[in-house]
Amino acid sequence: MNPNPTGAPTPHETGTTASAKPRSRKGGRRTNASMIIGAALVVLIVGLALVSFVWTPYDPNSIDPVARLQSGSLAHPFGTDTFGRDTLTWVMVGARITLLVGVVAVGIALLIGTPIGIIAAFFAKQSWGMWIDAVIMRANDILLAFPALLLAIIFAAVYSPGTGPAMVAVGIAAIPGFARVARSGTLQVLGSDYVRAARASNRRVPAIALVHVLPNIAGMVIVQASVAFAISVLAEAGLSFLGLGTQAPTPSWGRMLQESQQYLSTHPELALWPGVFIALAVLGFNLLGDGLRDRFDPKMEARGA
Amino acid sequence: MLTYAISRAIQFALSLLVASVAVFALMSLLPGNAAQVALGTNATPEAVAALEAQYGLDRPPLIRYFDWMGGMLTGDFGTSYVTGADITPVIVGSVQVTAILVIAAIALSILIAVPLGTFAALEQRNWIGVTISAISQVGIAIPNFLAAIILVIIFSLTLGWFPSQGWMAPIEGFGGFLLRLVLPVVSLALVQAAILTRYVRSAVLDVMREDFIRTARAKGLTRSKALFVHGLRNAAIPVITVAGVQLATLLVGAVIIEQIFVLPGIGSELVRAVANRDLVAVQGIVMVLVLLVLIINLIVDILVPIVDPRIRNAA
Repeated sequence: MNPNPTGAPTPHETGTTASAKPRSRKGGRRTNASMIIGAALVVLIVGLALVSFVWTPYDPNSIDPVARLQSGSLAHPFGTDTFGRDTLTWVMVGARITLLVGVVAVGIALLIGTPIGIIAAFFAKQSWGMWIDAVIMRANDILLAFPALLLAIIFAAVYSPGTGPAMVAVGIAAIPGFARVARSGTLQVLGSDYVRAARASNRRVPAIALVHVLPNIAGMVIVQASVAFAISVLAEAGLSFLGLGTQAPTPSWGRMLQESQQYLSTHPELALWPGVFIALAVLGFNLLGDGLRDRFDPKMEARGA
Repeated sequence: MLTYAISRAIQFALSLLVASVAVFALMSLLPGNAAQVALGTNATPEAVAALEAQYGLDRPPLIRYFDWMGGMLTGDFGTSYVTGADITPVIVGSVQVTAILVIAAIALSILIAVPLGTFAALEQRNWIGVTISAISQVGIAIPNFLAAIILVIIFSLTLGWFPSQGWMAPIEGFGGFLLRLVLPVVSLALVQAAILTRYVRSAVLDVMREDFIRTARAKGLTRSKALFVHGLRNAAIPVITVAGVQLATLLVGAVIIEQIFVLPGIGSELVRAVANRDLVAVQGIVMVLVLLVLIINLIVDILVPIVDPRIRNAA
């Protein structure tokens, strides 16, 4: 279910050394489109979540036995669930949890993974420090043997199931992806002339990392963040679907989908709306990542969506 | 090549060792302990102590770790503190169900993705190629459980072609076994095929730019002939890597599909063990899953240089 959970080379990364040729005009246009669509979808989801704080069509927890299991209507555009709660309201409020989990998980992975990758790359460049790099990257590989969903289930077993452990587990599982991206980016930067010049003029390592490395790998890290966000949306939905993520009564798309299962034969549209919004969120962050990748790395040939 | 394989095998063993320590530490050392978790927060200290003594949980952690590891190496995953039953047969039985499901799904996704991705690459500037790319992009965004629900609504509840849930062992009836396998396998395979199609497409595009393809074309081969004779083997390398990653992801990712279709796979057992607060079972199942993921990675690492002599000679 994860598009690229391990940080393994994505299509754009594979074989780029062999084919660093100028981008075609046509390819450039197409990737621009993927960034615009992706950004629009992300804005839509964020907008839903923000609006839900000030206004929702109904109170998310108001139960209306008369209006239960309705199909779409003017009063309830997306229909109502088994307790007569408004589905549109639940979709809006559910966007909050999706985004919260994404922001926290990606934040954890980015803040831990990126420095680890940069540090590993610095050690890799020293003959005395290569073993430190090797140990860090081996540890990274071992962490990769725990997919996000597995780690989250372990956390749910050890602590109690909930949004908090889910966010932390998904975040930890995403660390290796950031570490790999940061390491390979840093290695490239460290091989450049301006870093050699900085070294020769006796700048210290932390200064080089902050002034030269960080700005140069920021683009790649942002791309990784976008992809990791899509993965965490999927992971949160999956966990809540299993009952191991966000707990009732907090609205969450994954749990809405799970609760809709009983009514599949009579009210399939109950599964439709949370499903559509999960897919839109994942599509949005994936497309945004693709678009950003082509923007931030002009050396790469744009290959479209 | 042999030294490479041996060094990868040593790495595998070390990774497994570290992972087992991590899993054990997480399960046995962190908050409370297995007996407390099994009995719940309301248990009296005496009851907890009695259960600890019964299962040897009062021994030092290091001894318990070696006991657990030693058991697993001889194929004994221990006894559940919750049910008091041996958990080994449960793990062995459920792994088979998941293995059938996941291998069938990966095989189907390769069968879909390789022709489709190749075609999308060859017809890159054509509306067909663009359409395939767009569909695969949308497919990636659909979680497999959503695909499963849609498939159930269409093919089970509306058309009535396939059962919406349940499992039948092949020996109980092969037809029934296949019939119940279709929807779960397709739900897993569709999303994976969408992902794999993108990788195949970009791998083929990369290969088509290589000098040896240009040489083959200059020699007079058509574009597709050059690709089939010289290109596909080269395009296979990133595809093998990705398919390996997917196989590993699906082992755990199948848990949701197993729940939807009520299949007795290892994911279902894991969720049940978590719900029952059966930490011994959780620990054992997690270790089996991690072991399988590491084995898949090892196989991929050894397979890639076999397919690509350039990597073989470099290694």
